[in-house]
Amino acid sequence: MSVEEDQRAIRCLVAKVGLDGHDRGAHVISRAFRDAGFEVIYSGLHNAPDEIVQAAVQEDVDVLGISILSGAHNTLVPKIVAGLEEYGAFEDTLIILGGVIPDKDKAGLEEAGVDAIFGPGTPMEETIEFVRENAPER
Amino acid sequence: MSRGEDALVEDLLDGQYRALARTITRIENRSPGYRDLVAALHEHTGDAEVIGITGSPGAGKSTLVDKLAKSYREDGLTVGVIAVDPSSPYTGGAVLGDRIRMASTTGDMDTFVRSMSARGQLGGLSTATGDAITAFDAFGIDRIIVETVGAGQNEVDIVRTADTVAVLVQPESGDDIQMLKAGILEIGDVFVVNKADMPGADRTVKQLSEMLEGHDRGEWDPAIVETVATSGEGLDDLLEAFASHREFLESSGALEEKARTRYAEEVRTLLREDAGRLLEGEIERRGGIEELVDRIVARETDPYTVADEIVAPLEECLTREEAEPSVRN
Repeated sequence: MSVEEDQRAIRCLVAKVGLDGHDRGAHVISRAFRDAGFEVIYSGLHNAPDEIVQAAVQEDVDVLGISILSGAHNTLVPKIVAGLEEYGAFEDTLIILGGVIPDKDKAGLEEAGVDAIFGPGTPMEETIEFVRENAPER
Repeated sequence: MSRGEDALVEDLLDGQYRALARTITRIENRSPGYRDLVAALHEHTGDAEVIGITGSPGAGKSTLVDKLAKSYREDGLTVGVIAVDPSSPYTGGAVLGDRIRMASTTGDMDTFVRSMSARGQLGGLSTATGDAITAFDAFGIDRIIVETVGAGQNEVDIVRTADTVAVLVQPESGDDIQMLKAGILEIGDVFVVNKADMPGADRTVKQLSEMLEGHDRGEWDPAIVETVATSGEGLDDLLEAFASHREFLESSGALEEKARTRYAEEVRTLLREDAGRLLEGEIERRGGIEELVDRIVARETDPYTVADEIVAPLEECLTREEAEPSVRN
């Protein structure tokens, strides 16, 4: 057999869901991830949960970063998780959540399948480091 | 082939989206065993029609691809899209934004969109794209669209993996048309003047047809189509142009000829990569490239002699084989 070299890159989907037009945070994180050497797929605005599921499954991303500032996280996140489960993509996708998430909701979201929540003011390095350390082995 | 790969091939052929996605990841990562994976898929391919779309940034490629995909889906066909974007040569990172324009087909699993970046691999991207086409084809996808920025040799190589190549230009892009001279004019089967509702579209069409006249393209006369991708205007003309090129390919035997050329190139590319890697190993055994360069800088030797020395064991091995062929079964 021939010699094969591994050319792995961490792939992330940065996703905006629901009726939420605030994408500054998503843009900033996309650029930071890119500069960290990740491959970032950006969803654009106003996606339904099943559209995010389609993108995450097809792109086979290691990391799904969801940005929600509308307050609808408790409805939207479980729908995305359920969709990923349907395609067998939940287990080995790291799900991180950013935006405005009240403390009281955090435990429930983690219960629902979110691996980490990064609120406003989180240093970019912290998020990048978390992704580097926790991106699933493929 | 390991059990994991066997199962992956089985799941892919069984129509599982996740398996298709994972197979393309393996191809992109060049994970151990990816070659066996692609090799196992080959016998299941040959049914998809592959269209390549290239053009300068902002010409409207993704928007047009979106409309094409929508139209194919309405005809009951399944669609695969490979959207290639450049990556940073410094960090290897990339933001792949083509999905944003694919708004008409979101949520639909049978429009399978996959974003790919170059990952700094030299020429390797066209191999990866070709292998991803193989995966789509084996999965049973009817129409595969490969979309890439038409800016260099790499991109030209990528779109050449397609049966039909469409080159997109926008009106009043004199420089674009100049760029077409450099190799892209020869590979376009269909030329699309997009944003045809903008002033200057007629002039661009005229310029294009003048440039194409000077080129002998054999039996196929490249078509020029005007579209407005955002509204879908001219889409039917474009689909018709694709269909008649397809018909030409099939009736003239050019389709088979293209496939044969492609396979020949593929074998050669793989061999170049393999031989290159074997020789890298030989460089290491001789103390590494830096040490060899030191000797060249000191004028003790020269690049040609070094290359001769490194390739010598391989050459010896192959010529010995020729003189006294070993028994093979």
